[in-house]
Amino acid sequence: MPPLREFQSVVRVAGPILAVSGIDDAGYNEVVKVLLPDGTVRTGQVLESRKGMAIVMVFGGTRDLDCDITAVRFTGRPMTMPVSKEMLGRIFSGSADPIDGGGSVVPEKEMEISGYAINPTKREFPQDSIETGISAIDGMNTLVQGQKLPVFSGSGLPHSFLAAQITRQARVRGTDESFAVVFAAMGITHEEARFFVEEFSETGARAHAVIFLNRADDPAIERIVTPRLALTAAEYLAFDLGMHVLVVMQDITAYCEALREVSAAREEIPARRGYPGYMYTDLASLYERAGRVKGRPGSITQLSILSMPDDDITHPVPDLTGYITEGQIVLSRELHRKGIYPPIDVLPCLSRLMQGGIGEGRTRPDHANVSSQLYAAYARGRRLAGLVAVIGDEGLTDVDRLYLTFLDRFEHEFVGQKRDEGRSFDETLDRAWDLLSIFPQDELKRIDPKYIKEHYRGGTG
Amino acid sequence: MTESSIIRITGPVVEADRMRGAQMYEVVFVGEDELIGEIIGLYNDTATIQVYEDTTGITPGEPVKRSTMPLSVELGPGLLEMIYDGIQRPLTELGDLSGDFIVRGVSAPALSREKKFLFTPSLSEGDEISGGAVIGSVPETKQILHTILLAPDLSGTVERIAGEGEYTVDETILWLKDDTGKVQKITMLQRWPVRVPRPIQSKLPAIRPLITGQRVIDSFFPMVQGGTAAVPGPFGAGKTVVQHQLAKWCDADIIVYVGCGERGNEMADVLRQFPSLVDPKTKEPLMKRTVLIGNTSNMPVAAREASVYTGITIAEYYRDMGYSVALMADSTSRWAEAMREISGRLEEMPGEHGYPAYLGSRLADFYERAGRVKTLSGEEGSISVIGAVSPPGGDFSEPVTQNTLRIVRVFWALDADLAHQRHFPAVNWLLSYSLYSDLVAPWWEKHGGSEWGTMRSDLLALLQKENELEEIVQLVGPDLLPEEDKFTLNVAAILRESFLVQSAFDPVDTFCPPEKQYRMMTLIHRYYRLGRHAVGEGMTAAEIQQLPVTARLSRLGPIPHEEFDSLYPKICEEMNSAFPGGDA
Ligand SMILES: Nc1ncnc2c1ncn2[C@@H]1O[C@H](COP(=O)(O)OP(=O)(O)O)[C@@H](O)[C@H]1O
Ligand SMILES: [Mg+2]
Repeated sequence: MPPLREFQSVVRVAGPILAVSGIDDAGYNEVVKVLLPDGTVRTGQVLESRKGMAIVMVFGGTRDLDCDITAVRFTGRPMTMPVSKEMLGRIFSGSADPIDGGGSVVPEKEMEISGYAINPTKREFPQDSIETGISAIDGMNTLVQGQKLPVFSGSGLPHSFLAAQITRQARVRGTDESFAVVFAAMGITHEEARFFVEEFSETGARAHAVIFLNRADDPAIERIVTPRLALTAAEYLAFDLGMHVLVVMQDITAYCEALREVSAAREEIPARRGYPGYMYTDLASLYERAGRVKGRPGSITQLSILSMPDDDITHPVPDLTGYITEGQIVLSRELHRKGIYPPIDVLPCLSRLMQGGIGEGRTRPDHANVSSQLYAAYARGRRLAGLVAVIGDEGLTDVDRLYLTFLDRFEHEFVGQKRDEGRSFDETLDRAWDLLSIFPQDELKRIDPKYIKEHYRGGTG
Repeated sequence: MTESSIIRITGPVVEADRMRGAQMYEVVFVGEDELIGEIIGLYNDTATIQVYEDTTGITPGEPVKRSTMPLSVELGPGLLEMIYDGIQRPLTELGDLSGDFIVRGVSAPALSREKKFLFTPSLSEGDEISGGAVIGSVPETKQILHTILLAPDLSGTVERIAGEGEYTVDETILWLKDDTGKVQKITMLQRWPVRVPRPIQSKLPAIRPLITGQRVIDSFFPMVQGGTAAVPGPFGAGKTVVQHQLAKWCDADIIVYVGCGERGNEMADVLRQFPSLVDPKTKEPLMKRTVLIGNTSNMPVAAREASVYTGITIAEYYRDMGYSVALMADSTSRWAEAMREISGRLEEMPGEHGYPAYLGSRLADFYERAGRVKTLSGEEGSISVIGAVSPPGGDFSEPVTQNTLRIVRVFWALDADLAHQRHFPAVNWLLSYSLYSDLVAPWWEKHGGSEWGTMRSDLLALLQKENELEEIVQLVGPDLLPEEDKFTLNVAAILRESFLVQSAFDPVDTFCPPEKQYRMMTLIHRYYRLGRHAVGEGMTAAEIQQLPVTARLSRLGPIPHEEFDSLYPKICEEMNSAFPGGDA
């Protein structure tokens, strides 16, 4: 790319987009600095370049920009960020400026924030399970190091508590070591942001956390860079410094809205509900930055939070996310109303990498069977509960009634736990056996008889 | 020709001027870094180019170089066991060159120029040959004899042929004199444009099933060698696991697995498992019969569009040697979306859901390259294509699913509800179908037994019946049903839990041989028949449920195959004596 060039010829401003004329050699994705008369500077990026014209997206927004007086400086560089171990313990804005009163970070190196795709042949298949201490996750949707497992939530649901509890309790397998945390807030409220910062401070996690905050009243378009900055920091910590990093990004839906805004300003043909057709590819460029790399000790585990508009799991944001991530944890308003915390509806949950992380030598040999049986039993219990709601419980068989008992106890005793309660894998699985022992043994069709012999505690058989 | 330069860049799409004389689908090298691109539009002397690598930093004015070649793949010995990106760049070799992350502008030949293969000629001087003729052969792996075929578009007289010996793919092995007297030097490596189907003599009807070892597929909704199948389902319903299971266990000779716009870890999983898993047919590592194409979701979107063509061209190449090839594409929706994304950048008139109007014809052209054929050299070969479809929101009415359904003959509809209960494979038995079931019946009657067709339709009818009864239960509850219907529900539950459920992760049940499938079907079918008779004689459904033989029918799949073989007659006997009217 050519070196620095400066132009004053902004010919059009539309939403977050500027058109600059007179430039023949803007580089695609090149970083620009938009200079305002009062001396402030906003950062932008070239979205389209042709002879005589560049289309630029401005992260700080363009609402107050004036065509005549704004100067646009093309830097001749792709977007990069300085990274260093010193970032741990610090708080940055959504554009990576320090906002905690501390000075700027002395960089160890500059990294391109769009990152590079990990060569699939260099990926280490993630298999080391993480004990989060949450039964519905550890028992039925086990998370492994290097996995991307988002939380699908809705407004007013306690996803923040859950994310905080997981970051607090999660331990690197086989050690007592906790994770380095990179937290990227996109469009969340001040209150939510404060909750995380305080939570991290109280538990001492601050010292090994890097926090990026783009709050609800910060520029919306900045949300397009915030997760990329966070992931670049995470890659540095994980793959250069060998740390196990847990990345929490909240709220992916706000991120996608920013994408939609840019797309609309460019008058692109939308796919579903106004979101751009390339949103799958764009989200993949974030989510696929989780993982492990052969021969490097660190890992990036992603626990993103997204709110489902109208609690609709088929909305493009959760839908495309689910198609990219390695499973999902789904929160339910109904369980929340019943007072169950965490209100995890296990049925639509999935951990695609669970299989490799559990079993003999990892968690326990009966783990896979127990999980499958819990699913089958809970699904049947739910179906029967639906039936009872319509026709009453007269027509039920004795076995059916056991499923209803199971349903209730499962939700309260297995899914439900306290906010400061961490359960070990063993405790979780033992609890599962307590519940499965409600049934006669021959109802447990998904479990190998040898495990029944070992763990079953019912009197009936 | 060299003065062409870039005039516009938007994401993966670039325009260049002074391109007069260029061809559609010609490969070009874009910018100072010579990124690989393909011409996808021509207007006067302006060309629209899709670029297969990240275009960050490219500026107008940078040069565009023409190759005068259409986007092609390299074909020859050494394809097996390779993993390529969407435009056939070898990922392992790229890793050696550029490290753990894929950077721009690096390339390596698709086929090794160093490796030597033992070539045995099968021609003599003076032979008159035409396209597709067998030049010789190379033992590519223990199992796969790689036939070296004359490229379909060549013909002539053999002037000279190399003797038996070790050659690299770019050494001349044949000197061929054409009509004009010009001598062409032929190597074991040939190039073929990916968007052009390789020619054949004729299409042949499919005749035998593609056995997958998955009960719900082989026994209920069978696939054939040379057939087409689609696996649509919402995320998490099990599309990828079905594709992996087929890639692992199906009885094709060659597997081409295209990971199109999906997860990096899924490719890592295949790379981790396939070298150590053993092909049940040949006892060789699965990797030895496999070619992988991995263009994951975070790799350039244009190369994702190309990946399915790269895959099917490689499949055609092995088909032309007379092999039965199976190609899995996970997911064709990502390919369609790549088409949509590029089409959007071209500002083409969008059709339904923003997809280009030619979506349907592109899908049809692709699946049309499947089939059992008579090759140019007179061999019989086949390509079976199994495409995953990822409908937004799991809604099958969307354009990619609908256009695919118009073409394929097998439909395995995956169902979120079944997946939520961890009923895997989550193939919905009410929605799925196979138009090949009559075609494979003779095979099953020979290899399983004469009752295959009857049992299959009885058991499918049982599931249909269960569905009707469930609706009644929704109104009156289960207790008011007549005994016969209660029993029907119980048998349907056994059929579902014991026969249809099949864990891909169970070391035994991951592959169920056809003989075992037939026997499991027989046991359940007989239980159903005898039980119904017993109910007619006054036995209650609850009494039947208590019979020890009922418990015997659960967890049949994970029983090791030999153990099952000795258990089978015992269960039959028990059943006969447990029911009144049994044949005992
Ligand atoms: N046949 C099967 N046996 C066991 N588990 C399965 C099977 N099919 C799917 N699963 C489970 O479902 C998960 C999702 O399957 P996957 O094929 O990745 O879904 P999709 O590709 O449709 O999103 C897998 O990670 C696995 O846990
Ligand atoms: Mg998949």
